[in-house]
Amino acid sequence: MTQKNEPLKNLSTHREPRSGLRTLWVWLASLALVWALDFWVTDQLDAYFFTILMYAGINITLAVSLNLVNGFTGQFSMGHAGFMSVGGYVAAYLSTRYQAETPLAFVTALVSGGLAAAGAGYIVGLPSLRLKGDYLAIVTLGFGEIIRVVLLNIDAVGGARGMTNIPPLTTFGWVYSVVVVTVFSAWRLVNSSHGRALLSVREDEIAAEAMGVNITRAKLRAFVIAAFFAGIAGGLFGHYLRYLNPATFDFNRSFEIIIMVVLGGMGSITGSVVAALFLSGIREALRPLQEITKIDFRMVIYSLMLIILMLTRPNGLFGTRELSEFLPAWLRDRLDPKASRKST
Amino acid sequence: MHSPVAFKFTNSLLIATLFLGLSPIGCKKKQVPQDTASGSAQTTSVGPIKIGEVGSMTGSEATFGTSTHNGIDLAIRQINAAGGVHGRMLELISLDDQGKPEEAATAVTKLITQNGVTAILGEVASSRSLAMAPIAQTHKVPMITPSSTNPKVTEQGDFIFRVCFIDPFQGTVMAKFALETLKIKKVAILRDIKNDYSVGLANYFAETFKKGGGEIVMDQSYGAGDIDFKSQLTSIRTKTPEAIFVPGYYTEVGLIARQARELGIKAPLMGGDGWDSPKLAEIGGKAIEGSYFSNHYSSEDQSPEIQTFIGKFKEAYGVVPDGLSAMGYDAARVLADAMTRAPSLDPQAIRDAIAATKDFAGVTGKITIDSNRNAVKAAVVLKVVGTQYKYQTTIQP
Repeated sequence: MTQKNEPLKNLSTHREPRSGLRTLWVWLASLALVWALDFWVTDQLDAYFFTILMYAGINITLAVSLNLVNGFTGQFSMGHAGFMSVGGYVAAYLSTRYQAETPLAFVTALVSGGLAAAGAGYIVGLPSLRLKGDYLAIVTLGFGEIIRVVLLNIDAVGGARGMTNIPPLTTFGWVYSVVVVTVFSAWRLVNSSHGRALLSVREDEIAAEAMGVNITRAKLRAFVIAAFFAGIAGGLFGHYLRYLNPATFDFNRSFEIIIMVVLGGMGSITGSVVAALFLSGIREALRPLQEITKIDFRMVIYSLMLIILMLTRPNGLFGTRELSEFLPAWLRDRLDPKASRKST
Repeated sequence: MHSPVAFKFTNSLLIATLFLGLSPIGCKKKQVPQDTASGSAQTTSVGPIKIGEVGSMTGSEATFGTSTHNGIDLAIRQINAAGGVHGRMLELISLDDQGKPEEAATAVTKLITQNGVTAILGEVASSRSLAMAPIAQTHKVPMITPSSTNPKVTEQGDFIFRVCFIDPFQGTVMAKFALETLKIKKVAILRDIKNDYSVGLANYFAETFKKGGGEIVMDQSYGAGDIDFKSQLTSIRTKTPEAIFVPGYYTEVGLIARQARELGIKAPLMGGDGWDSPKLAEIGGKAIEGSYFSNHYSSEDQSPEIQTFIGKFKEAYGVVPDGLSAMGYDAARVLADAMTRAPSLDPQAIRDAIAATKDFAGVTGKITIDSNRNAVKAAVVLKVVGTQYKYQTTIQP
């Protein structure tokens, strides 16, 4: 329980936050690294591992963005797959409709998908974020299902038959650039004053309101940003699989993302990244088991591992801690203003 | 939480987790599988020929996956017992996709790049086949789907085949049957809007039926999982159709039949192969009696081939094979037949051999692969009598 109070401590230790731009080089270097690796990975890596890597990247984006709502703001959203499908379908529709396969067109399609998802997030969030806890969960769950049923009935995107012939535009570079941008944005947001408003909403809504935080607006902000990135992830997903079917985005998909967030730690970006990588990898790592035994208990073991992990680490793998807190002090100080504040 | 011991435990757990999760990613392109049917495979290697199968062994459509798997498994065992193909045994590698398109895509990638399979069998459902087909096409590995009826599946590329008829044909069959055998002119449609298969069948039925001079008096829809259909049926009742076309799955169809009779609708129901389950008569009871549906084969057919298949299948799995098992069986045998005819086990050679399949005597009818890589074969129409499905007629393409 000590962990839960940590953010509050942050709130009370009032210090001038250091400029996050100081660490911008780290992120730019990561982007450069992604594109440098892009060529090598696409060329050298086995198609199977490449597929896993791509799904992992998409899952990281989904998990980190959902963590903004479920972890940092403490709102339980179960509609992430819905936002993902909005983004996926809008992006896929644009690029199939206009047959545009240039990088610029792809970015436009992805961003349009993201904006459409953000718009959907705004529409859903505005009335429902006044609700709390279980009620919000049900509203978002309902939203996800509504989106799915709507998509089933739109013939222009294939309806129940699914959408085919989406150009294969998603590459390693795009997926992991989005990962870097998502993690960077989430990290900057959480360490900003807006981010602390989110944390205060999670800890105590009444206290936050008393301190002048507009809680509905704070929640809505997190919700819309999360939806935006989910939409982009959906676009990447569609252009990678080259096929979209509304059935892919049912509530099970939302739960999978929630599991990643919970497993990694509600309120830890590092945790979401690690959990998304882990859960994407483990399902495939367990496959040989099925080939050897001829019985499919892959999912049994998968579920069992989740249970054991949650029993041994109820706060998730990382709790609310970040990677930078595990780094030596001098490096930490350079990288993460939040952690360095904590250490003082 | 912050005692040194707990901290150590945390760290080691984290590291272990990281390793576990990353393990499949860490290792890269390790071996180019020697078995990937290269041109010389036939002469040099003596190991088994690997055949990949992707199916929904778990998830909401697990029964479909299992039925198909049993059919494929039986075929492979029989082929091996008879000496295999080119003197080599066939080895079946089955992977589960949980009924998810993206998992099917991963599974098929694994089969091709890791296991080095020569050909792919699967998937049952069109949604998964559509996710798999572009991958098989990119890697130029022949893929035969036993029962994906969506026309778009084989449009994905020239390495993709199917051994079932497509939605247009099944819709056409029932339209022809209604016009020619039942001699009716007024039909209402009740389609499952959530289901690609149902929507496809309904569209093609309507098209052919109208062309033949019939009239669709009402077109209503429901969603898979619904249990109350009274409002749709009440509005259908006002138009007094002579039959109702319900191309859905057996669960809803059984309920629809019951509720239609409760509302006093006497018209028979008609449907497609989604009805094919013993559960239909169980759920529908007396209400479903006298209804018709199209199917791939009839277990009542007395031809020796079918009866031998049924006998062997019962022996192996203890149940009468359903349509999906029969199609899985045929898909595997069409593939083996093509591999036998192919001059080498080169993917291109196998592809050409599959494409050249003509009048292959499968248990689901004589299979000929047309220029669009779809199977051209007859469909049977069955009538529900008691808990039995009685053979009515065969409709030729």
